[in-house]
Amino acid sequence: MTERATGTRSASLESLLVSREVVVFCGSGGVGKTSTAAAAALTAAVHVGGRVLVLTIDPAKRLADALGIEGIGNVERRVPDEVLRQAGLAPRGELWAAMLDTKASWDDLVLRHAPDEETARRILDNRLYDNLTSRFVQSHDYIAMERLYDLHSAGTYDLIIVDTPPTRNALDFLDAPQRMADFFGGRLLRWLTAPYRLGGKRGARLVNFASKPFYQVADRILGTQFLQDIAEFFLNFETMYGGFVTRARAVERLMKDRRTAFAVVTTLEGAPLREAEYFCAELTARDYHLGALVLNRVLPESFADPGVMVAADRLVEEPEAVAARLVGLGVDALADPAAVARVLRTVGSSFQNFAVVATREAELREELGRVPDVLATVPSFADDVHDVAGLARIGECLLGAQLPSARVRADAGAREAEDRPG
Amino acid sequence: MIDLLDRRLLFVTGKGGVGKSTVTAATALLAADQGQKVLLVESDAKGNLTNLFEHPPVGFEPQEVHPGVHAMQLNTEASLREYLKLNLRIPMVGRVGPIANVFDFVANAAPGVKEILTVGKVCWEVRASIEGRADWDLVIVDAAATGHVLAQLDAPRTIRELVHTGPVRNQTEWMMEILSDESVTALNIVTAPEEMPVNETIELVAHAREETTVPLGAVIVNRVLPEPFTTEDEAVFAALAAPPAVDALRDEIGAGADGVLDAARLAVALRRARVPHLDALRAGVDLPLLYLPYLFVRDHGLRVTRVVADALGAELGL
Repeated sequence: MTERATGTRSASLESLLVSREVVVFCGSGGVGKTSTAAAAALTAAVHVGGRVLVLTIDPAKRLADALGIEGIGNVERRVPDEVLRQAGLAPRGELWAAMLDTKASWDDLVLRHAPDEETARRILDNRLYDNLTSRFVQSHDYIAMERLYDLHSAGTYDLIIVDTPPTRNALDFLDAPQRMADFFGGRLLRWLTAPYRLGGKRGARLVNFASKPFYQVADRILGTQFLQDIAEFFLNFETMYGGFVTRARAVERLMKDRRTAFAVVTTLEGAPLREAEYFCAELTARDYHLGALVLNRVLPESFADPGVMVAADRLVEEPEAVAARLVGLGVDALADPAAVARVLRTVGSSFQNFAVVATREAELREELGRVPDVLATVPSFADDVHDVAGLARIGECLLGAQLPSARVRADAGAREAEDRPG
Repeated sequence: MIDLLDRRLLFVTGKGGVGKSTVTAATALLAADQGQKVLLVESDAKGNLTNLFEHPPVGFEPQEVHPGVHAMQLNTEASLREYLKLNLRIPMVGRVGPIANVFDFVANAAPGVKEILTVGKVCWEVRASIEGRADWDLVIVDAAATGHVLAQLDAPRTIRELVHTGPVRNQTEWMMEILSDESVTALNIVTAPEEMPVNETIELVAHAREETTVPLGAVIVNRVLPEPFTTEDEAVFAALAAPPAVDALRDEIGAGADGVLDAARLAVALRRARVPHLDALRAGVDLPLLYLPYLFVRDHGLRVTRVVADALGAELGL
């Protein structure tokens, strides 16, 4: 392990980044999970040090480009220090990034767990395999967890930050390893393949089981050939049973271990927030370590400030009176009273629009019930974040007031030892 | 003019967070306004679509959630039950439970099976309406998100490739007919003027054309911010936000002047940041585009559904 800053006991996102080996970012779709996870990794590499990896699932192209992982498949890449320096950062550690390639990860898995190369080939060449691995959401969940476990157990990284796949339910991925183990260990699979097993050779027609209702129904619905194809595929797949179950258990252990923490990301909007509260409750109920709740894209508090609201109301109600005063200044661009009044009214009503949102955000924040110790707020930026400088801005917000300045000075290298927090 | 509502079956997809469900519900409301009898189908398992009508969650059995709008939630096991009862006259319907468990397992493992049960139910309702056995004028589906919707809509074809005989294969024929008939069906995509939603929309349109026969309808661009100032007014705003004017403004309306100007700057910046994404969408997609305004709200309910429906109606010239 490379040298890292040691942990503080105070609840902060920074202490989370210092003390954990894995931090999993989850939340409903569209709340900015990917950029928040990348920002957390960048922040850790810059301020905490060590070797930090962000495992992203589906980053925007510009963000992937910025991290240097666009179109490179299943390998980790180091984000060059030069890129970080250009963004005004002086990293203590190394930032690495990787994108999840579901297909390549599955192929690796099959090659690793299959008893011999011939079986592996038969599995890889089966059309059901292709469908199973590329089309099913659950297979993405499973492989994300599998890949995380792989990267963690290799011991190369001090901290791994994980973005989670977009799923209907953001917690589905947690069940994926167990589901996979159940799948292979289950009686159902045995049941399905039993007639073909009894037949002794592949393609044997079922005899003993023909009277069972399941086969009657399945046969009538799907046709014998399809059942046979499925059975053949799973008989091959089953040879990997032991490897899968062992891995699934290990992944589950890692997820529940103190070394892993979860960060829930949400915006202050009704539906995502209710979902985030549900995730928080559910993670805690299932004994996972909920580390932080990140409120993303929050409007500045000043937008809900009564004093500012009064000023905006005045602009909307009496733009002509205010305009008269400004026209009197003798500024060229402010010579036309009608134009100035029009702009003032627009400025005032623009604020009023945002004030409605900001006020509702403040209310929702008040209503937030049981939340984890760490609550970080990231303000609403005008654009999607797509470069390292943008990630650094989010990173500053994630750390909040914990550091004097997130942007390290040019001489930081020399001062590094005494600067180190904790 | 775009005849968005002039079909029997509309699928609505979109990236998470762009307002797919809101637009779906608003489309249903708009169709009901036009006197259509609508079946709104939720295929995402979240079960909160009816919140948008301020109605409690519904199950597999359609329930009226608003005058003219019935809603139902798709469910694999219920679909299977109904399928077995209607199509195969399976004798052991009472004992379908354990069979459904096994079937659920097959559905998870075998491609297309789960999807065909959901899309099959939808097609069944459409066919029943066309043949006069049900009276839906329009079936609207809150479909899977952009990444998974094609697997959903293309399920009959996937099944056809894998299942060579039996009733399921035979059923895929009429389903494919409904799903590829552009006078009956359309897939509409909800997006927002942001990088990821725009990219996913462009990719989805390309994939849909290359890989499926599903007719594409319109792209609904949600959360569009208005340009706050004309070019002329922009110069006025710049002068207002400069020192001598700001001082006078503070004097006139109080210290809140700075906060008010900040909001206007944010409005300009937000709008400006979205322009390239809108341009990319217009350049990358040759489908009709419908624009819905950004709503300054943080909660959704019948009022917002109504506002969005009216905005959609205005875009359609209704």
